[in-house]
Amino acid sequence: MGEFLNDWGLSIPTFLPIIGAAVMLLIPKDREQLHKLIALATTVAVAAFGLLLLVQFIDNDNYGALNFVVDKGWIDVIDSRYIMGVDGISLPLMLLTMLIVPLCVIYSWNHFPEPHNPKAFLMLLLILETGMIGTFAAQDLILFFVFFEVVLLPMYFMIGVWGGENRRYAAIKFFLFTLFGSALMLVSFLALYFLADASTFDMRLLPEAAAGIAKSSQVWVFGGMFLGFGIKVPMFPFHTWLPDAHTEAPTVGSVILAAVLLKLGTYGFVRIAIPILPEAAAEWAPFIGLLVVIGIIYGALGCLAQRDLKRLVAFSSVAHMGFVMLGIATLTDFGINAAVFGMVAHGLITGMLFFLAGSVKERYHTLDMSRLGGLLVQAPRMGWILGFCAMASLGLPGLAGFWGEFPAILASYNPAEVLAEETFRSYMVIAALGTVLAAGYLLWMLQKTAFGTPREEFANDPHVHDATASEYLAWAPLLILILVLGVYPQLLFGATDPAVVNSLSECLDSSTSDACFDAAAGK
Amino acid sequence: MISSLPSIAGFVRPDIDWHAVAPELTLLGVGAVVTLLDIVLLERGRAYTSALAGIGLLVALIPIVTLAADGTTREMFGGAFVVDDFALILKAMFIVVAYIVVLLSTNYIAEGDYWENEYYGLMLSAVMGMVLMASARDLVTIFVALELLSIPAYLLAAWRKADPKSNEAGLKYYLMGVFASAIMLYGMSLLFGLAGDTRLSAISDAVSGGDANPVVILGIIFVIVGFAFKVSGFPFHTWAPDTYEGAPTPVTAFLAVASKAAGFVALMQLVHAGFPGRDDVYQPLLWILALGSMTAGNLIALRQENIVRLMAYSGVSQAGFMLAPLAVAGDIGDDALSAVIIYLLIYAAMNLGAFAVIIAVARRTASGEISSYAGLFKYAPGMTILMTVFLFSLAGIPPLGGWFAKFAVFRALVDANTGWGYSLAAIAAVNSVIALFYYAKVARMMWFEDAPEEADTSALRVPPSLIAALGLTAAATLLFGIYPAAITHFTEGTLIALPY
Repeated sequence: MGEFLNDWGLSIPTFLPIIGAAVMLLIPKDREQLHKLIALATTVAVAAFGLLLLVQFIDNDNYGALNFVVDKGWIDVIDSRYIMGVDGISLPLMLLTMLIVPLCVIYSWNHFPEPHNPKAFLMLLLILETGMIGTFAAQDLILFFVFFEVVLLPMYFMIGVWGGENRRYAAIKFFLFTLFGSALMLVSFLALYFLADASTFDMRLLPEAAAGIAKSSQVWVFGGMFLGFGIKVPMFPFHTWLPDAHTEAPTVGSVILAAVLLKLGTYGFVRIAIPILPEAAAEWAPFIGLLVVIGIIYGALGCLAQRDLKRLVAFSSVAHMGFVMLGIATLTDFGINAAVFGMVAHGLITGMLFFLAGSVKERYHTLDMSRLGGLLVQAPRMGWILGFCAMASLGLPGLAGFWGEFPAILASYNPAEVLAEETFRSYMVIAALGTVLAAGYLLWMLQKTAFGTPREEFANDPHVHDATASEYLAWAPLLILILVLGVYPQLLFGATDPAVVNSLSECLDSSTSDACFDAAAGK
Repeated sequence: MISSLPSIAGFVRPDIDWHAVAPELTLLGVGAVVTLLDIVLLERGRAYTSALAGIGLLVALIPIVTLAADGTTREMFGGAFVVDDFALILKAMFIVVAYIVVLLSTNYIAEGDYWENEYYGLMLSAVMGMVLMASARDLVTIFVALELLSIPAYLLAAWRKADPKSNEAGLKYYLMGVFASAIMLYGMSLLFGLAGDTRLSAISDAVSGGDANPVVILGIIFVIVGFAFKVSGFPFHTWAPDTYEGAPTPVTAFLAVASKAAGFVALMQLVHAGFPGRDDVYQPLLWILALGSMTAGNLIALRQENIVRLMAYSGVSQAGFMLAPLAVAGDIGDDALSAVIIYLLIYAAMNLGAFAVIIAVARRTASGEISSYAGLFKYAPGMTILMTVFLFSLAGIPPLGGWFAKFAVFRALVDANTGWGYSLAAIAAVNSVIALFYYAKVARMMWFEDAPEEADTSALRVPPSLIAALGLTAAATLLFGIYPAAITHFTEGTLIALPY
């Protein structure tokens, strides 16, 4: 079994969804039930495979290094290889993806958004899954880039075809923003290839090979990656695509966008930009930190100004991803551990909030919070779940959200040696203020939607009912994980810590970033 | 210098390597048979012409395969005609492209009540010109090849005689083409005057070294500008939209892919074999052409309402991407050529595919307006998915073929490691985002909009020859994207055999 997993453990779950989609392509459109079953079977099989990987991963007991490594020729002429592998940073995110997608299939089982067409919708979902899993598994920059881009098309169509009123605008905006970033990111990857000592796209070799690049070039190369990943996160001021895309996307689209797609950006920083170019990262970190705290405050204020529930959750994503980026910007193992935890927690919690927003919309046909109210009266269980998720989102200790935010703030008290302490301490103060605002807007949201009595227009509406079986089924795993990770965070920190420590260059611990260059020159 | 030229009195027939010229001769033979068939069988021959032309093209592939298997570089006429790896890849591409254009033409030409024999005969002679161009390493041979491919194309563009738009297309193409030829000939005459020889290798010797004198600069500029017309690079693209719109759509596909590729083949040979020592002259010129073409083509394409005009301007922008590696060719040599060839091959597959869908859809809507694509997903999901694949491939989204074409260009530009290269790479990156906008506009129309009330939304029927063309191009687009080694296998290493 271990042998098999070592060779095929990553390729099979990556490409199984595409095979499922290909099978669905051959089946006529009107056999809807069959399409749903194939999609469910495929995604559940992928999730089961994920569990096998997890068991084997624990059994290997080598969290800090890459497991299940495959290294085969792909495009020889440009020295790009098919290299896959996971370590403690990527595995949790990959498992999150494998969990969320089948839940999305279950959730949409009986209510596909207009214009219906489950065949096309589920096929796009499966293609999306391949792209997401592949991105977390790829250990070659070009392979990473290809998977990174594969997610664009399905999401574009998902928003554009099944989205809300303004879907055309939101879909193209999402696409253009992301493509702009990734085009410059590709140029950066190429520059890395040509400037580094070894001509390779192999992420395992590049940290060492890139150490010899002149500092000025490094800063530029990092800049290209910063745009590519920063737009995806999204960081202020590139965040404007996010509220539109989230608001207009169908529920499942929003969930995937929040739970996984945003993580591709932060993951890129943790996996590629910082390990390969630590000195440039040190140069950029104060600037990134500044944008991050602006984003945290801006996102929170944005939330307070929203009337639309879904848009509020979208803006809260900008703020929460800000905490993740703050952890990354400290360039310490502590901060980056917090960031990886924050990514998983945000995926679970915000994914859940978008599920809830979708269910509210389905019942009330509106997300205007001034018209909502009394959810606890009409659908008490759903109301309590909303309350639970709001608490998790605002970072209540004991729930998963806390372990993403609090250590990130703590880490910025003590950033990496190369960074200026005063700068990051002031960022810390501002970010801490952001948590207060977060409590403000989430409680305000809860008050508007769940408390009080229902409005007259909905008081006797038969459409408003409590959560259904498929909803429970889709939500339960997320709720359980939010609680479990909140109570016992070591579950995740234990896996990420060795990998994070391995990924950080030692030179970040010295007082000037020139030490990195001295170390490289001495070699 | 003069003494090395053969005197008229002592003329001896140069040795002819029949194997090397077999592809050209096969095409000539098939073209003659197609024409004779018309004379002998009259109307009865019509049904067979397109099949005969298609089979003839496939037969012409055989000598190319045997030449490739043989693998030696062959030279004739003192180096004016060379068969090397470069020539073979491109000859094969031209013939396959022509075969797909024949598939696209079959129903269009037969149902439109046009002359078929003449159509295929002219097309085959144009293909012969292209195939010859791939081997031409001499100014006169290049010029003859260019005219051989251009003159039939002028006629083909005006093939829909009854439609004034088609006449306009042919006339515009002809006038601009002749104008470009004149400029180019003038440049060639300057270069010949300097070198006393028309072979590119001799010209290379004559123009290299020292500071460029004004005659050299003018000669190079005129020759390159002449071909900039052919590849529809900005600001010499003005004929393209009108010609593309007016010409029969299969001919448009032929012009947009094969004829443009022929222009690039000539440019690559000139830059690599003709002026390698004068990169201080051609690099800035091509840099400006590349920048202008991709930016202007994109910006104008944003405003197009007609799908064929959109493809014309997208073609201008794509030409800019293909010119870009040549703008750093002096720094990276062969790698620039392989980037352009990779781009040409992938571009051929995806662009022909897009035209195949346009032809298939126009059979129903009889319209070129982008708005006529509204709701296509509802009644022709297969066509919609294929068109989406081709459009997003043109935009360069992985894992569709176009991404690797764009990647090859970026790679060449970054490889140069100069300010010129990096700046052009950044501009190309921005342009690939702009381009997405108009490709996505068509996709949006097909997927997101509803068909107009009065539209006929019964299932779309597509003739078998179009299905074959779609299948071939879609398979190639996907294969090139997922497994780019399928192309790079052929474009590695030294491509153009230089005599020194």
